[in-house]
Amino acid sequence: MIKRKKECVAMLLAGGQGSRLYALTSKIAKPAVAFGAKYRIIDFPLSNCINSGIDTVGVLTQYEPLELNEYIGNGQPWDLDRAFGGVHILSPYQAKKKSSWFEGTANAIYQNLNFMQKYNPDYVLILSGDHIYKMDYSKMLRAHKATGADCTIAAIEVPLKEASRFGILNTNADGSVYEFEEKPKEPKSNLASMGIYIFTAEKLFKYLKADEENPSSSKDFGKDVLPAMLNAGEKMFSYRFKGYWKDVGTISSLWESNMDLLGAAPAFDVADADWKIHSRNPLAPPEYLGKNAIVHNSMIALGCEIEGTVEHSVLASGVVVEEGAFVKDSVIMAETVIKKGARVVYSILDENCIVEENAVVGQEKSENAGISVLGREVKIAKGVSVAGGKILDKDYKGE
Amino acid sequence: MANSAVGVIFSNIHDENIPELSRHRTMASIPYGGRYRLIDFALSNMVNSGIDTVGIVTKYNYQSLIDHLGSGKDWDLARKDGGIILLPPYSDETDAPYTNRLEALKGITGFLNHRNEEYVIISDCDAIAHIDFSKVFSYHEEKKADITMVYHEETEMVDSSYFITIDPDKTGRVQTVKINPAYEGKANLYINVMIMSREFLLNTIADATMRGFTSFGKDILTKHVDTLKIYGYKFDGYYAGVNSLQKYYKHSMELLNKDTRNELFGARDIYTKVRDSAPSKYSQNAVVKNSLISDGCLIDGTVENCILFRGVKVGKGSVIKNSIVMQDSVIGENVELDCVITDKNVVIRDRRRLLGCEELPYFIAKGRMI
Repeated sequence: MIKRKKECVAMLLAGGQGSRLYALTSKIAKPAVAFGAKYRIIDFPLSNCINSGIDTVGVLTQYEPLELNEYIGNGQPWDLDRAFGGVHILSPYQAKKKSSWFEGTANAIYQNLNFMQKYNPDYVLILSGDHIYKMDYSKMLRAHKATGADCTIAAIEVPLKEASRFGILNTNADGSVYEFEEKPKEPKSNLASMGIYIFTAEKLFKYLKADEENPSSSKDFGKDVLPAMLNAGEKMFSYRFKGYWKDVGTISSLWESNMDLLGAAPAFDVADADWKIHSRNPLAPPEYLGKNAIVHNSMIALGCEIEGTVEHSVLASGVVVEEGAFVKDSVIMAETVIKKGARVVYSILDENCIVEENAVVGQEKSENAGISVLGREVKIAKGVSVAGGKILDKDYKGE
Repeated sequence: MANSAVGVIFSNIHDENIPELSRHRTMASIPYGGRYRLIDFALSNMVNSGIDTVGIVTKYNYQSLIDHLGSGKDWDLARKDGGIILLPPYSDETDAPYTNRLEALKGITGFLNHRNEEYVIISDCDAIAHIDFSKVFSYHEEKKADITMVYHEETEMVDSSYFITIDPDKTGRVQTVKINPAYEGKANLYINVMIMSREFLLNTIADATMRGFTSFGKDILTKHVDTLKIYGYKFDGYYAGVNSLQKYYKHSMELLNKDTRNELFGARDIYTKVRDSAPSKYSQNAVVKNSLISDGCLIDGTVENCILFRGVKVGKGSVIKNSIVMQDSVIGENVELDCVITDKNVVIRDRRRLLGCEELPYFIAKGRMI
């Protein structure tokens, strides 16, 4: 029998809690957070995979996996329902010798060696499930082969003052990496790792096993595996990415990234016919804009019913904005209802919230005002005000 | 109950009623309501009533229908046993493709013989309605009927070139079946949905073939109304018979009415093919009132009392009123449209002005550039 194989298998780290998204991730994993009116964060790496010709993806889940698992299902919306390959949910499991939760990114991949080896891959692509971007991984793979690297790290230039938040690559003129520093206090360059790695499979397996046996390791790619490979003199290259890339791990970056979709020439375009973003589609009729509706500079998903005013906002499917209600500079997730005369400004409202009549959520955007956030199914009582920057995860009837 | 029924949908049967829209497609695949095709309503009603096997009878022009249905996945009808089964015309050297419903049914006896469900529900694609078929089945069983015909009390004259009215008595038993009668005021219009047992249907087809019958309506329903137990099931929800371009326009516009939308889509269970379009975008200049907008649209102009299908672009300064714009049509800048129906992929260039009227909407065929 011919042993079937896949040239490249992708492993998507989707286990993160995303604690800096507060109420938005209290019940779901970060990659399942809604984005851009109809998407979830994980749609971006999954769409990138299929658009790059990678049809075998392991999704590693750990924190609150229920909704993410249900969303991915059999992978059909991303054309990842395949006879050999396709998308697979990989959860921590009980084994004969040892059972444990995933500890660190490297350990999570290590625990799924069997999954990767089943496909006998030449290369393994490691991805994370918390970024919004469009990237052709097949170009990166081509670069990896051309340089003969053992590991290629996708990298993007960031402002130097922010560089200490990232893993920083210090490179030679030919793009080869001589040093990798995880969140350095005094960064030597502004070339940040995007958390996207291509490894030559054998090397990855070798270093994962070694890392696992090292008791002092924190079992993290950035802190342990990559430095170990460099120390041993393995060939590591950077792959420069120029394009939109945003870590949506904080309330403000999630808000900004949603707003980046708006405008005639948006910073990030999800309607790109050459690079479709696939997702599980809502079952809903077209959106209805009523006789008094005013909608400007906004993105509106199917099933919305709008009778009020919506400015510079992103509304997901089934959102209701009643007559006289006002929504500005906000991200409203699926099925949330904003009742008559209510105001929502500079806020993120999660799914199934209810803002009762004449209630006010948030404060006009300014230097002092923060983004207000309502978690899932939060109800704001009639006429009460939720101050700017406030994060609520349960019903609110006023102070 | 309904899972012991197999569905049969006729995709072509009323094509001649809307020649404008069925020139390159079946009646079943006529776009409707921003993101649907006519067949979605009949199919969704079946799926929501627990039917998991639906045979779709086709005759010609069915490429667009095959494209729309795919594997049936979007209706949850990609099944191991059953699901969506396309039934193209069956003909050999001696037989020409069917010319009427009886011949079409004869052509699918193989399909019907191989199923083991007790009942058959037969539906056309010209009705927009949210019908709970399980209620019709209960009625059919309760009455121990041979045939149950679903009807709707119609107050307007039907545009169709072929329609049937029935007169049920107090018990629901149909006394007369009339074809194309002239009527004033009210009529009990048969809405082309009927139920019977599979065995009864197969026997009727065999018998009719033997006797050389050609019309299900004329030779079976009207002539045997005394001997057969035919019952009428009254459907009194929202019903839209799409049987002319004028009616297509009129009923489409009824979707701008909240009650109509709630009745048809309230339970959110009209299934259709998904296309992975991005959500629609409204620019700073956009003015959109009383309109249904599907996904993938880019709106930079004024849209009032309109239905926009997926992927429509409306340029700056354009004013579109009382119009239906189908999938991927592009309206340039400073265009004025009133009472216009554009088919798919129409391009209206800058500064064009096209006006129809409600009685006679201006129709632009698929792919035209104006």
